[in-house]
Amino acid sequence: MEAGTNYTAILFFFIFVGATLVITYWAARRTKTTEHFYAAGRSITGFQNGLALAGDYMSAASFLGIAGLVAMNGFDGLIYSTGWLVGWPIILFLIAEPLRNLGKYTFTDVVAYRLKQRPVRVASALGTMAVVLTYLIAQMVGSGTLIKLLFGLDYTLAVIIVGCVMMIYVLFGGMIATTWVQIIKAGLLLGGATAMALIVLSKFGFNPINLFAQAASTGCDPAAPAGSQMFCYGQKVLEPGTKVVTGAWDAVSLGMALMFGTAGLPHVLMRFYTVPNAKAARVSVMWATIWIGFFYLITFVLGFGAMVLVGQKNILAVGGGGNMAAPLLAQVIAGDVFFGFICAVAFATILAVVAGLTLAGAGALSHDLWVNVIRGGHAPQHEQMVAARASSIILAIAAILLGIVFEGQNVAYMVGLTFSIAASANFPALVMSVFWKRFTTWGAVSSILFGTIATLVLIYCGPTIQLDLLGPKAPPAGSPADVVAAYQAAVAAIKSQWFYFPLKNPCIYTMTGAFLVGIIVSLLAPERSAQEGFAEVERRAVLGEPRGAAAE
Amino acid sequence: MNEAEARLHAVAAKRWRIAIWLSILMLVAYYGFILLVAFDKPLLGKILASGTLASGVAVPGLSLGILLGALVIVAAWVLTLVYVNWANSKYDHEIHELAHLRG
Repeated sequence: MEAGTNYTAILFFFIFVGATLVITYWAARRTKTTEHFYAAGRSITGFQNGLALAGDYMSAASFLGIAGLVAMNGFDGLIYSTGWLVGWPIILFLIAEPLRNLGKYTFTDVVAYRLKQRPVRVASALGTMAVVLTYLIAQMVGSGTLIKLLFGLDYTLAVIIVGCVMMIYVLFGGMIATTWVQIIKAGLLLGGATAMALIVLSKFGFNPINLFAQAASTGCDPAAPAGSQMFCYGQKVLEPGTKVVTGAWDAVSLGMALMFGTAGLPHVLMRFYTVPNAKAARVSVMWATIWIGFFYLITFVLGFGAMVLVGQKNILAVGGGGNMAAPLLAQVIAGDVFFGFICAVAFATILAVVAGLTLAGAGALSHDLWVNVIRGGHAPQHEQMVAARASSIILAIAAILLGIVFEGQNVAYMVGLTFSIAASANFPALVMSVFWKRFTTWGAVSSILFGTIATLVLIYCGPTIQLDLLGPKAPPAGSPADVVAAYQAAVAAIKSQWFYFPLKNPCIYTMTGAFLVGIIVSLLAPERSAQEGFAEVERRAVLGEPRGAAAE
Repeated sequence: MNEAEARLHAVAAKRWRIAIWLSILMLVAYYGFILLVAFDKPLLGKILASGTLASGVAVPGLSLGILLGALVIVAAWVLTLVYVNWANSKYDHEIHELAHLRG
């Protein structure tokens, strides 16, 4: 079902876009060098950057997706909530400070620091682009579908609007505008979600346990057809189900991808260069962890609130496979205006995330590839700015085209793919370059390439593509026995093919493999200059850049 | 290697030790939870507390799974705060005294 045009939501959305465009105009006048364009002049405070990180990271997939998952399955949504948070302490302990002290604009700066620039930067830019493009597809496809539901706009039009507004932010306002868009969005999302959770809890004596109890004791959805077992919640909503986690290894592998993938997302890592020093980088992760954790706890309450107050059948009835749980809850508890507000916040959420992604992609294309590979690290400032802006336009157009081409794709698996590549291609190379003295140029290149290619191949050979996308459609319940048997035989035939890979998420193999490949290749062909450079890496990771080097 | 350089090494090594221990604690907390989800679903379904319905009836409301999931999030907060507190007071102080090594 498609919603009628939602004017309140569109009004709120225009207010948001208007305000952020004013900020972009202000930011554009301050964006004169690449230091401003990529790193906001390193003038963002730790607290501000913490909010911006939260705004960069809390995607519509995690807000609408987790609320929907909880509303439809109860407990299982918590597996994603925790997974998406626990990567942050890892970033804090292992990555944030050395990253800030060793790099300039991109995480590739750190990987390439004491290695041969050209091969490492080409490989690392490839890893970055793989993550940025898959995540952009997920966000753009998700946004088109959502906006169709939320605002009643045409899919293609929605994708073009998102792409164009995001391009204006990035092209003119660079990191300064993107940062403030993300801060505003984080404030709106946290404020809106908190208000909703408070209203929901006020109906249950401000005790979430009463809310869970209500969900567990609701026999069957009153809106469900009589005799149907489909929408009966019962005590199982408090227990782990089979929806998210099908097998033990799948659970472990998914956990790895969520945890270490977060620490390998280029748009998140890039934000650490916007603060003045390592201490501010540290403080910003602390705030990001606090906000994001708080947000996921609230989302869990919202999911249960939607299950009880909206009802599973009503959520499914509007389409979007459960994604509309949170907006519908807003409508039920506080009316159409609040519904419009939450819809607009969801839209703003998408804009903030794609702007961050585009900036990270532009960093890889222009800073890593154009300036450091093609121009050997020596390009005049104005040429660097032209390259940065041209890359932003290329990425924005790519985002729009990919969004249109991939219409109707399964967004959840694209997100899984993104985190798997980030954990397998980017995280191992980054960690080894900072921690391991004997890491070499070819160790880094082979580790990144292995991580990227192995993830793509294994996901292609896995159940998501082979069974869910290419495989036979499951027959509806109550089909004749021979139809069911034929379906089961077809599935078994696919599963027995030599290339079939049984895990939905290959991270446990690909990330471990990327570490092993990096270690073996490095040990087989030692690189003296890389070892000699390690003392400086160690010193600079602790102390920061030499005095005077910053004023470049 | 002079005395200041040696101190720098010692400070850096100490930060890595603390960082790695805290990372391990985070991994243990999270994987403990995930492995229970994967291997012992009935345990996580165990009811710990009851909630009260509008009618005043007490019914099961809180399972061990929900409590542990929320505790994983709390653990992430606590470990983060422990590290930031240590780094902001002790570590930064040491680094500040060694700042002349920046060159």
